[in-house]
Amino acid sequence: MIDVLSSLLILAGLFFYLAGSIGLLRLPDLYSRLHALTKADNLGLGLLIAGLALQAQDLLIAFKLLLIWLAILAASATNAHLIARQARRLESGS
Amino acid sequence: MNALMLLVFDGLLLLGIVSLAWASLASSDDRNSVILFMAFGLVLAVAWGRLMAADVALAEAAIGAGLSGALLLAAVRKRPAQMAAGRANNSHNPDRTGVNMLLQWSVTLLCAALAGTLAWALLDAFSSTPHETLPQAISANLEASGVSNPVTAVLLNFRAYDTLLELAVLLTAVLGILAMGRATAVYQPAGPIFDGLVRWLVPVLILTAGYLLWVGAHAPGGAFQAGATLAAAGVVLHLAGHPRIGLPAGFALRILMAAGVAVFLAVGLSLLVMGRPFLGYPPAWAGALILIIESAAMLAIAATLVLAFVGAFPRSTATRAASRQVREEEAR
Repeated sequence: MIDVLSSLLILAGLFFYLAGSIGLLRLPDLYSRLHALTKADNLGLGLLIAGLALQAQDLLIAFKLLLIWLAILAASATNAHLIARQARRLESGS
Repeated sequence: MNALMLLVFDGLLLLGIVSLAWASLASSDDRNSVILFMAFGLVLAVAWGRLMAADVALAEAAIGAGLSGALLLAAVRKRPAQMAAGRANNSHNPDRTGVNMLLQWSVTLLCAALAGTLAWALLDAFSSTPHETLPQAISANLEASGVSNPVTAVLLNFRAYDTLLELAVLLTAVLGILAMGRATAVYQPAGPIFDGLVRWLVPVLILTAGYLLWVGAHAPGGAFQAGATLAAAGVVLHLAGHPRIGLPAGFALRILMAAGVAVFLAVGLSLLVMGRPFLGYPPAWAGALILIIESAAMLAIAATLVLAFVGAFPRSTATRAASRQVREEEAR
């Protein structure tokens, strides 16, 4: 039961990664690419980590996985913001 | 089924490493090269993880991919414009200068020689009869080393000489950078969102560095990984526009830079005075001595790597305003 659930979560996570990667390759400009990449990958990573946490041997490992997700959420959101802001500055500056 | 899956995974990993290396070398744009090199480092770290070499994987991710990438990006950004133009011309111009060709061929030859030597060593390791190999020698003497992590035992005890010289090389390199480097622009203070990240990320990085240093005695970790993590905190502070980057001023900073080599040498020389071989720790004290050396080495490595990234001693706030004025005058 747990195996099925965690496989489903991991597969769902992989789907979002795929969607984010396709978005990165196919979308027309930097802002929409950033949007696709950070949003889809953050959700994908969350699902992946939820799936892996179900397989963890104890609660401590599950907690560590959760911390990894939270750290990446904060870092990638900030990075997306910084990249977009810099791009906007370059656009309006030139 | 499981073995097949792992084989496929390993194959994809190898393919990824080789194609990222190729893409990084073949890219005509320096910035793209560096970003591909960082991706190469991360995939390489995964490969080290697959080889159960967690120490190397940590070091590769923190130093190889993270800090080297940051250093290279900083170098690309600081490079004078005419050099960039020169390279761009060269890569599109089919008849290159003779010096360039010579350089390229000698690098290629040296790389081929290195690859050949490595292949020879690998063949030798596989074909030799299993007499006493290095891992056996280490685990037989691990008891006396003062630590239970074999990698730390080798780095800080059995082959401590190598590590001392590595620290000296790092110190010499940063002295060169500081002597040649031009002072870099101080970044503008971070906006509220980036500042929010810095406020919790830097303390977490410092805590992680302390953990890696401590855990190095019995599990993957150690001074280099901890130092690189601490240096990452410094790089983040620099990018967020903190002029002092958390480093002390003047003489204290010089002491901090030399601390690794100095403490290492001090320990080695006092052992000599006590009639033991240079860096031959008595087993009873080995653990404590290694922790002292590693703590000093971590601080020195962190200070050195951050200074290498910044390229100059951090300026105090008073000279910062003055130098901004100078820059503005230069710009006109």
